[in-house]
Amino acid sequence: MAIELAKEKWSGVINQVKIGAAKAISVGQEQALPFLHEEGGAPHKPVVAYEVWDTVPADWPEALISAYGNVLKDPVAWVKKCVTEFGAQLVAIKLISAHPDMGNKSVEEIAALVEKIKKAAGVPLIISGCGDNAKDNLILPACAEALKGENCLIGSVTQDNYKTITAACLADGHSIIAESPIDINIAKQLNILISDMGMPAERIVINPTVGALGYGLEYAYSIMERARLAALSGDKMLSMPFICFVGQETWRTKEARATEEELAGWGPALERGIVWEALTSAAFLQAGADILVMRHPKAIDIVKKNIEELMRG
Amino acid sequence: MALSGLDIYKLLPKTNCRECGFPTCLAFAMQLAKKAVPLDKCPYLSKEAKLVLEESSLAPIRLVVIGKDKKIELGNETVLFRHEDKFYHPAAIGFIIDDNSSDKEIDVKISKINRLKFERVGQALEANLAAIRQTSDKKRFLDVVKKVSAATQLELVLISSDLQAQKEALGLIGARKPLLHPQSAQNIADFAKLALEYKTSLVVASPSLEEISNLTKDLKKQGLEDLVLDTASKSLAKKIWDLTQIRRLALKKKDRSFGYPTLVIVGEKDPYLQVVEAADYIAKYASIVLLEGAEPWQALSLLTLRQNIYSDPQKPLQIEPKLYPIGQADEKSPVLVTTNFSLSYYTVLGEVEASKTPSYIMSVNTEGMSVLTAWAAEKFTPEKIASSLEEFGVKDKVGHKRIIIPGYVAVMSGDLEEKSGWQVVVGPKEASGIPSFLKNLK
Ligand code: SF4
Repeated sequence: MAIELAKEKWSGVINQVKIGAAKAISVGQEQALPFLHEEGGAPHKPVVAYEVWDTVPADWPEALISAYGNVLKDPVAWVKKCVTEFGAQLVAIKLISAHPDMGNKSVEEIAALVEKIKKAAGVPLIISGCGDNAKDNLILPACAEALKGENCLIGSVTQDNYKTITAACLADGHSIIAESPIDINIAKQLNILISDMGMPAERIVINPTVGALGYGLEYAYSIMERARLAALSGDKMLSMPFICFVGQETWRTKEARATEEELAGWGPALERGIVWEALTSAAFLQAGADILVMRHPKAIDIVKKNIEELMRG
Repeated sequence: MALSGLDIYKLLPKTNCRECGFPTCLAFAMQLAKKAVPLDKCPYLSKEAKLVLEESSLAPIRLVVIGKDKKIELGNETVLFRHEDKFYHPAAIGFIIDDNSSDKEIDVKISKINRLKFERVGQALEANLAAIRQTSDKKRFLDVVKKVSAATQLELVLISSDLQAQKEALGLIGARKPLLHPQSAQNIADFAKLALEYKTSLVVASPSLEEISNLTKDLKKQGLEDLVLDTASKSLAKKIWDLTQIRRLALKKKDRSFGYPTLVIVGEKDPYLQVVEAADYIAKYASIVLLEGAEPWQALSLLTLRQNIYSDPQKPLQIEPKLYPIGQADEKSPVLVTTNFSLSYYTVLGEVEASKTPSYIMSVNTEGMSVLTAWAAEKFTPEKIASSLEEFGVKDKVGHKRIIIPGYVAVMSGDLEEKSGWQVVVGPKEASGIPSFLKNLK
C-alpha cells in the first residue's frame, strides 16, 4: 500500500521583494518551509550580498584582510573587485565613516560616495547606516535621494527609529530593512508601523538580528521558524523575507578570529573562520533566510553552492 | 498518541475493586494518563484494553541506544520545531574510515578522531562514532575493524553489505554492540538475525519510504525494534524532504513504522561543502550524521551547531553565580560584572582571556537572563549587584573598590555606587570592546 505523505497545505505565501533596477534581484515568494519543494514552490533562490565598508575596517582578522588586500582602502575599488572578480550579484554597503566616532563624514560626502559606488557596482545595492540613530536619520534619506530609482534596500530601522528613514524610502522608491531584537512580536509590530506609513508590504524585509554559530544562533533560528510558520499560516504582517547579517556576527567570534596558537587543537584560523561563517549562513538558510550578508569570498562561494544544491530539488 | 484519563477509564473494568492501590478505576486511570503508575497494577485488564494502552504509552519515535560504553541515546523526539518544546537527543556525529585507506592513513585518522574533544561555554563537545566502511575484500575489512576497534573508545558503525563480513566482524567486536549498516534492504532478514543474536541495532536502508515502512513492520514482527532509518544517497533537498517526512509521519500521522531515529551519510567530498551538508542534516532531524572529514575545524563547527540546535529553548544555559578569577588574578586585578547567562559570561570570558589582563569576572545570579533582559526584568539591579559583592566576598579578594559594569546598564552607575559603596566604571557595550578597554584602564 502506498503511504500517504504528511504534506502541509499552507494558506499564506512570503512576499516578493525586488531589489535593484537594471539587474534587479527578487527574493521571497516561498509557498512552503525552506527547500521542501514537493510542498510548495520557491521561485527565487536565497541570495548572498558581499559586505563592503566605506572605511578601512580596523578590526578585521587576517583571513578577511588577505582575501581583499588593497581594495579595503577604497570602497569603490572594493565594490568593483566583488563584482568583477568574485561575481557578486548584490553588494551591501555599510556607511561606517558617517559615525561621529568613526570619521563623522558629512551627509554630502556620504551621498556623493554612494553615487560613485552605484556607478562602479552596476548591481543592486543594500545600504546600511552607521548605527548612530541621529546621524543615520540624516545620511540615509540623503542616500535614498541620491539613489532615487535604484530600488535599493535601505536600513536598518528599529521600533524606536523608523519614521524618517521610512518616509525617505517611500518617497524615493526604495525598500526597507526592519530590525527587531530577536523578538517576533516586535518584528510584527514594526512591520505594522512601517505599513501604516503607507509602505507596501512588498517593500519590507525583516532583520531578525541573528547571532553567530555558538553565540546564540539558536535564538534567531527559532524566531525565524516561528515567523515563517505564522506567515505560511496567513499572517500578512510576518510574510516578509528575512535578511541575516551573518558576516558581522561571525567575524567577531573567537572561533573565527583566534590564531592556532591561541586555540590549540582547534585547527588553522583560516579554515575555522571560513567554516564558521559558512555554517552560520547554512543554519539560517534552513530557518528561512532569503538574503545573507557575508564577508569572506570563500565562505560565500561555499554557501552559494549549498544554495544551488538545495534549490536543485 | 497520549490518551486522556477519561479515554483510559473507558477501557478499565470499572469495578473499583481497589487492587491497584487506588480507590477507584477512575483514580487509577488519571495516574496512568500521567504515566505515574505501571499498567500491570490492574490485574483485570482485558487483552484488547491492554494492547490499546500499551500502544498509546509508547513514544511515537522509539528511543534507540547505540553501543555499549557510551550508550548514545537517539530518537524519542516529540516535536518538529525546537520552539515547540525542545529536541531531546542530540544527533550523533561520526567519522567514516574507509578500509581501502592504507594502515598509516587509518592510524592518523583514528588518532585525529580520538582527539575531537572541545570545551565551549562550559560544555564538553565530543565526536560520537567511528564508522568503518567496506570497499575492499572481507579480509581487509576485518583487519580494519580490528585495528579501529582497538584504537578507539568511540562507539562503532559497520558499513558493509557483505553479510559474511558483517557476521565475522560481529564475532570479533560484537560485545561493543556496533550499529550494523548493510547499505541496502538486501538480505535484511539475515542481517536482522545477526542484530538479534548480538543484541545490537540495525540500519534499515532503502531509497523508498514505502519500502522502509514495510521493512520496519516486518522486522518488528521478528522482534527487532532497535532500528535506524536511512533513505540512501539522494540530492540534498530530497534528503531533507525524506528526513522531514519521516519525522512528520511519526509525529503527526502517528505512523509507528517511521518511529525510529534516522541516519545520513554525507556524500559531498569537498572539505567545506561536506561540513555544510552535514549541518543541513543536523538542523533537519537527522539522528546520526556520518562524514569523512575529521579535521578539528570541521568537527568543532558541527558539534557547536548541534549544541545550538539541541539546546533547551525554555531554559537558557546558566553558570554558577560567583566570582571567577581569570588568569593570575590578584588584589590589583579589575573586577568585571556580568550575568550568569552562560552566553554573556563566556563571551566576556573570551574577551578577557584575549586581553591577557588577569581579572575577576563576577557573575550575578540573573536566573540565566542576559544583561539587557535581566535589567528590564529587574534581575540585574544595583541591589542585586551590591549583595553579590558582599556574598562573594569580593572585598577580601581585591585591594581596590572599583567594579566595571556593562555599557548597556550605564544608567545604574550612581545608584549602584550609593548602594554598594564601590566606585563604578562603565565598560563597553559589546564584549568585543573589552580588550582595548582593559588596556586603557588605569
Ligand atoms: S485494579 Fe483495575 S479494576 Fe480494580 S480498581 Fe484498579 S483499575 Fe479498577
